Amino acid sequence: MSLSIRHSWFEATARQRLAGLLDPGSFCEFLPPAVAQPSPHLAQLDLPGAFDDGVVVGAGQLGSRQVLVAAQEGQFMGGAVGEIHGAKIVGLLRRAVAERPAAVLFLIDSGGVRLHEANAGLIAISEIMRAVLDARAAGVPVVALVGGSCGAFGGMGIVAKLCSAVVMSEEGRLALSGPEVIETVAGVEEFDAKDRALVWRVTGGKHRYLMDDCAALVDDDIAAFRRGSIELLDDWQETPDTLARLRAKQARLQGRLSAYGRCRDGLEIWAALGISEPERVPLLDCDELIALKEGLPT
Amino acid sequence: MEKLEFKFPSQALLAAAPPALCGVVGSGNLEILVRSGVDRQICEISVNTSARGFGETWRAVLATFAASQAVGGTSIAINDMGATPAVVSLRLAQALADYRGGAQ
Repeated sequence: MSLSIRHSWFEATARQRLAGLLDPGSFCEFLPPAVAQPSPHLAQLDLPGAFDDGVVVGAGQLGSRQVLVAAQEGQFMGGAVGEIHGAKIVGLLRRAVAERPAAVLFLIDSGGVRLHEANAGLIAISEIMRAVLDARAAGVPVVALVGGSCGAFGGMGIVAKLCSAVVMSEEGRLALSGPEVIETVAGVEEFDAKDRALVWRVTGGKHRYLMDDCAALVDDDIAAFRRGSIELLDDWQETPDTLARLRAKQARLQGRLSAYGRCRDGLEIWAALGISEPERVPLLDCDELIALKEGLPT
Repeated sequence: MEKLEFKFPSQALLAAAPPALCGVVGSGNLEILVRSGVDRQICEISVNTSARGFGETWRAVLATFAASQAVGGTSIAINDMGATPAVVSLRLAQALADYRGGAQ
């Protein structure tokens, strides 16, 4: 793909992503900046807030399907979830239960809880988790799109994995504790957060795709996220988790832990997956990596 | 954080439009929300900025904007995270262009 025609998802703001993701002109924002409230918690801490509290919610069309969307703004406080930010997302997901749109698209770009809002942020994240599961139980697929500079970490990493499916770019990252958190808690010997290549080999989109943690890998391009989301929804059948399916999933995760739990680096896991030249994985483009995965023994 | 309020006389902007937002409250950046105001000859600007002690710099940048553009009848709200005067001027021009675009 020519670089000149790309509109990087990673570099774009939440509003730019929505404008390019949805059918042109179809987006209608709920609680737009002129009527929304900035965070009262940040004001109390003498910090400037954002009119939309760092998340844009609304309705629109994706390939003529009616969808609800939430887009986090990673450039505002790392996309972290505060009380109002969380309430907007929860309200949107509850609306999905009532309206039954074709899908909810969740453009995640967040380090998790907004620490300035402490308990309010933690409660907000837990409410989002419940609301995602409620929407899915009502038959509405919730698709996480992860390709922003803040990735999906902390509580938002969990939320991403509660969604029906995750669409990622190589630039996206998805994990629980962020690299700096791991280094701070367990030491640089455990994880060197400054080693960007290592961070991406462990949390980045390519690794997540190889590990089946995301359903689709797309280029860092707004149009590619749009195509990827449309293709995913074309053959998506939302099926609520049953106890048996959850047990099977748990067994797969346990198997994965015993197979790769001792690995220190994505490279070791890729070798164990049967990739002959694992050090070449970071050099492959999106299509080459997808082809590589299709050729792997299952 | 410092809160600043300004009122500048300015030539009336032709048509009121839906609110326009541009920019993000990120490091060295700011967001600007332009709405229609009350007085057709006045541009009202309120600023929340993380950097204290730059009131006179803000006044100079915003006065230049209000004097060189027809922005009477607008109410502008700014959330700032340490943007430089050059960034502020560029964002103001961008916000005004977005607002004018919405009027058509």
